[in-house]
Amino acid sequence: METVQFIIANLPLIWQRTVEHVLLVGAAVSIAIATGVFIGILITQSKALADRVLYVAAVIMTIPSIALFGLLIPILSLIGQGIGYLPALIALILYSQLPIIRNTYTAIMNVDPALREAARGMGMTIVQRLWTVELPIALPVIVNGVRNAVVLNIAIAAIATYIGAGGLGTFISRGISQTDVRQLITGALAVSILAILADLALLGLQRRLTSPGLRD
Amino acid sequence: MIRLERVTKIFGTITAVDRVDMDVPTGAVCVLLGPSGCGKTTTMKMINRLIPPTSGKIFIDGRDTAGIDEVTLRRSIGYVIQQIGLFPNKTVEENICTVPDLLGWDRRKSRARAADLLSLVNLDPAIFLKRYPKELSGGQQQRVGVVRALAADPPVLLMDEPFGAIDPINREVIQDEFMKIQAELKKTVVFVSHDIDEAVKMASHIAIFREGRLIQYDTPDTILATPADSFVADFVGGDRTLKRLRLIKVSQAMMKEPPRVVGEDTLETAVARMREHGHGSIVMVGPRGRARGMIRLDEAQDKKGVVSEHVVPLPGVIHVDDDLRNAVSMMFSHGATWLACVDDDGFYTGYVTQRGITQLLGASDRD
Repeated sequence: METVQFIIANLPLIWQRTVEHVLLVGAAVSIAIATGVFIGILITQSKALADRVLYVAAVIMTIPSIALFGLLIPILSLIGQGIGYLPALIALILYSQLPIIRNTYTAIMNVDPALREAARGMGMTIVQRLWTVELPIALPVIVNGVRNAVVLNIAIAAIATYIGAGGLGTFISRGISQTDVRQLITGALAVSILAILADLALLGLQRRLTSPGLRD
Repeated sequence: MIRLERVTKIFGTITAVDRVDMDVPTGAVCVLLGPSGCGKTTTMKMINRLIPPTSGKIFIDGRDTAGIDEVTLRRSIGYVIQQIGLFPNKTVEENICTVPDLLGWDRRKSRARAADLLSLVNLDPAIFLKRYPKELSGGQQQRVGVVRALAADPPVLLMDEPFGAIDPINREVIQDEFMKIQAELKKTVVFVSHDIDEAVKMASHIAIFREGRLIQYDTPDTILATPADSFVADFVGGDRTLKRLRLIKVSQAMMKEPPRVVGEDTLETAVARMREHGHGSIVMVGPRGRARGMIRLDEAQDKKGVVSEHVVPLPGVIHVDDDLRNAVSMMFSHGATWLACVDDDGFYTGYVTQRGITQLLGASDRD
């Protein structure tokens, strides 16, 4: 009951924190899509390169987020950005790479070789083939990777509050330090709801972007 | 015309295609035939440079293909593969219009052409244009595959075992459809197959490959009648003479201007006419010349009356454009030694006999 009262009393603040959270995750995922899809396409050209890139991306995933933020502080302090938005953004971009690169790579590698042969035989350039055949067919799987990355980022962004990046994590960190259950629950609830809504929105987007010819 | 001059392809230490010389005349259907690994597919793929030749030259209508940008070259050559390769994310219409779109054709023109081409393979454009490949059966998909290759009206068509993955019944139908389209469009077709029956049915020329070498390049009838060596003879099969039956039309084997009687003729006339030609039976025709039945010599010679009272059914009737395989099959199934031959209107124009067919095959086998 107290929590509900707290939420109602602090709606404008919750909204502000949510916007911060969304903007941070949105910016990170947008950049991660650009880099991840590009890298994912690039590594389809070489199995050895693909193995290495996917290995590095997987290693990044295993670094605990709090440790990654810590690692970025001395590096980014060199340009006076040790804490705040930038290290959070960079960490989130790094965490997004694995699901997006891996899904892009797998999806393109799984395109039926006969389609590639037909496309080549009919005189498509590599870019035309990628753009009109491989990427549209790979798209549902790539968007799946993006969904993974978004949900992951919404969770990790909550921790970014410890390096002063704001967002919904603020409620959680204050809830812990002030032993205030109301703030703790508010933060946790908001992060969960945001993650579910974002996932559903992307699921809708995935359905819309998938050609009817590829649906089951 | 497609001309291959000493075309060679070496993969590492393996010579996949070894100094192949070949001319495929305009409008010909040239089937490249041989066991797997014989170099037939590699040879075909060198024509649109999906595989670049190691040495040798390939000319299309006198132009050296090495001098043409490979993307431009491929857009001017239709390409059909066994796995069909329709793009699952595109509708049938978009699939067909792939090359016209790459060439920047007017959309209305290419869409209208897609509809025309679909009807050509007996698929209703109103039903199929907006469908996706997964909604089509295998046979329907390959029809679209063939149509897609024809969309930009290329003079040359390359087909890599196009009907290999289709069930036997549908395969026959699609082969027939393709032959009909080809008779109309007269493309220069290079067609890879490992099926001698398909080759005999479709080809105007057959090229037999073995271990990268072109062993024999000739018309199907010549290859079946006079194989160049024991490899070719084995490959075309011990029943090669029977296979030739398919290549010869009834009209080529039949005796023309046959003796005949009409219903009002007397049996004496019929018997006299049979004796004159040394025949054991004679066909009765209707007033306009349609084959109606026959009179047997052994039954007619001691009787009196007119033909129409003693007529018995014919042993079998075959169309002049049918091939001899059908004729022989009909003879065997009816236990007949001869068949009456009729034209499109059912007019009696000749007859074929077992003896006549045997002599025809024997004569050219010894040539």
